[in-house]
Amino acid sequence: MTAPAAALADVHKRFAGGAFALDGLSLAVAPGEVLVLLGTSGSGKTTALKTLNRLVRPDRGTVSVLGRDVESWDPIALRRSIGYVIQEVGLLPHLTIAENVEMVPRLLGWEPPRRAARGRELLALAGLDADRFAPLRPRQLSGGERQRVGLARALAADPPLLLMDEPFGALDPLTRRRLQDEFRDLQRRLGKTVVLVTHDVPEALRLGDRVAVMAAGRVVQEGTPAEIRDHPFPGFVQEFVAAALP
Amino acid sequence: MLSFLAERRAELGLLTAQHVVLVLLSTALAVVLGVPLGILMTRRRALARPLLALAGVLQTIPSLALFGFLIPLPVVGGIGARIAVIALVLYALLPILRNTYTGILQVDPAVVEAATGLGMTDSQRLRIVELPLALPVILAGVRIAAVVSVGTATIAAAVGAGGLGSYVFRGLATVDTRLILAGAVPAALLALTFDGLLALVERSPRPGRAAGVLAVLALVTLIGAALARPARPGGPRAVVVGSKNFTEQVVLGEMLAALLEDRGLAVDRRLNLGGTQLCHEAVRAGQIDLYVEYTGTALTDILKRPAGGDRNAVLREIREAYAPLGLRVGEPLGFNNTFALVTRPDASRRLGLTRISDLARHAGTLRVGLFGEFLERADGLPGLMKAYGFRLAVPPTEMDLGLLYQALLAGRVDVVVGSATDGLIAANGLVVLEDDRRYFPPYDAVPVMHAGHLDAHAGLEAAVSALAGRVNEDAMRRMNYAVDGGHRAPAAVAREFLRSAGLLSR
Repeated sequence: MTAPAAALADVHKRFAGGAFALDGLSLAVAPGEVLVLLGTSGSGKTTALKTLNRLVRPDRGTVSVLGRDVESWDPIALRRSIGYVIQEVGLLPHLTIAENVEMVPRLLGWEPPRRAARGRELLALAGLDADRFAPLRPRQLSGGERQRVGLARALAADPPLLLMDEPFGALDPLTRRRLQDEFRDLQRRLGKTVVLVTHDVPEALRLGDRVAVMAAGRVVQEGTPAEIRDHPFPGFVQEFVAAALP
Repeated sequence: MLSFLAERRAELGLLTAQHVVLVLLSTALAVVLGVPLGILMTRRRALARPLLALAGVLQTIPSLALFGFLIPLPVVGGIGARIAVIALVLYALLPILRNTYTGILQVDPAVVEAATGLGMTDSQRLRIVELPLALPVILAGVRIAAVVSVGTATIAAAVGAGGLGSYVFRGLATVDTRLILAGAVPAALLALTFDGLLALVERSPRPGRAAGVLAVLALVTLIGAALARPARPGGPRAVVVGSKNFTEQVVLGEMLAALLEDRGLAVDRRLNLGGTQLCHEAVRAGQIDLYVEYTGTALTDILKRPAGGDRNAVLREIREAYAPLGLRVGEPLGFNNTFALVTRPDASRRLGLTRISDLARHAGTLRVGLFGEFLERADGLPGLMKAYGFRLAVPPTEMDLGLLYQALLAGRVDVVVGSATDGLIAANGLVVLEDDRRYFPPYDAVPVMHAGHLDAHAGLEAAVSALAGRVNEDAMRRMNYAVDGGHRAPAAVAREFLRSAGLLSR
């Protein structure tokens, strides 16, 4: 087995005055793989995701990205090597779509012509007409369009690893379905490693190479979508999957 | 009113320009100081409470008290535009500090986290995300600060920094409503203008760019003002003439200035300074070269010595005490401006008031109006009541010098504490109560000069000594009335006197 692109080993995290958000969590994602963290809200999946780009620092345990402990990374360099997509608010509301998409290249110090070209290329890749969308602001776009922009922005500096937190959350079912399909195609084409957080069981089963079901800060079952669908562990996983599937 | 304004067009323009510069400069400095401090508070939260509390306290200090603290300080102290700007900056700090702090904190935490997740450093996040999103709130703070500054900047006149407050103070001192309006109305218009301009910036679709345009405009104005300021006369520095903030002092200041100019000296007028202590500190520091003081005031109020002795002994005592302070006291001008307790003729008849000792009989009901200084001075009200053995049951009403006679004539008070040379006394047939127990020391008017500067201004002392013994009480009273009652310009009245006394060569 190749070295994982990202891994958590026995990670604990407790927020001030709260219960454990992460309680001995261990995970690994292989290069080019899509790992879905599936769970209800409060299961610790978003916290787990944020340990990978050091927005959250564990109390105990190790987190490594691209073969290096995140504590040995410069946090700024780490975050610039990782694409980060979040639901809705991820776009900076006062900047244009072009400025949003070109943000990471700008932070990396690319020359304006190069990052403008990259921005147009990515908008096209995400299925948006660059001429029309570049000068607009996020609030002028529909939810689906905003999510496309968010994905384009995360891919801008061609990072090997993408972190996605409920990326298709606030969309109508039709748009969600179309974006999921497009994302899956794009991921296969680009070969990015992806860690995706969702509470939506069909989405997890459709997008994941592997799915880790989380509850109370731990993984309760991990396997391929087929394993999770056909052989859910009795108890929580079984109920959770059964409730979501017809 | 129109011809009045037309006459003063040039001066009004200058004072308005000074006012605008004071407001722009102090607001700009408050932004330069307040915005970074506000940002710092968002990074070091523990600093926020103490800093906001401090700025809040600063704002509650009355302006004249603030000047009192600042004037004796080394480097920043003294009089003039610098100290006025410092005071205005301190007042403008709170809204800018508070709005920067809250403006940044109210940025959606999810947006801030997204920016961090993209790999922004702290300073990039501040510059690219937090400041632009907080800008409308910060601009609202700047707008409040600028508008408030337009109002507060009127106090700059109290420390010789000019501005529209000069008209307001002069108008108050000479009971001239037209002058007060000539200062207050343009100030109000300025406030509305600043408010409107900044509101435009706040509402513009690109507030960042609009704020930039405005900042550049402000900078251009400041540079223009700095260049347009008339160059100081070449050669020796101009003689700086000061005065306190009442009619007689302004007339005397103009008189000294005209006399010096007639002798070929360049003069810089810093008239209408906010009180005895201010003038004293200013002449000691060499910020002004001379002003006219009164011997009794110097003895009791400045030197804090007991009143007593005849006029020659008092003068000698002051000269000896002033020499080590670096001050030279010239020859008396010829009049004694003692304090005068003044009442209306009807009150005098009804209550039988002709001497100060008559007041004792009415101490239970008498309403007295006075200027604040008289409550504190060693030769003021406490000593007076002790010397005459009575206590006023009704607390005296503190008023600006210029408003005292209006209050007396309107029947709001029964007795006011004025000066023997007040022009309004004779003009209104008012009664001066006799100081039958000789409580007040002599208050002979004498020029006080900064000794260290006399060598640099050849002919200054000789020119001033030409006034020795030339101004008697009657002449002074008439000049005061020409200004207070006749609404004539102090400079014209002073010049006319000098000419009729044969003291001008041209």
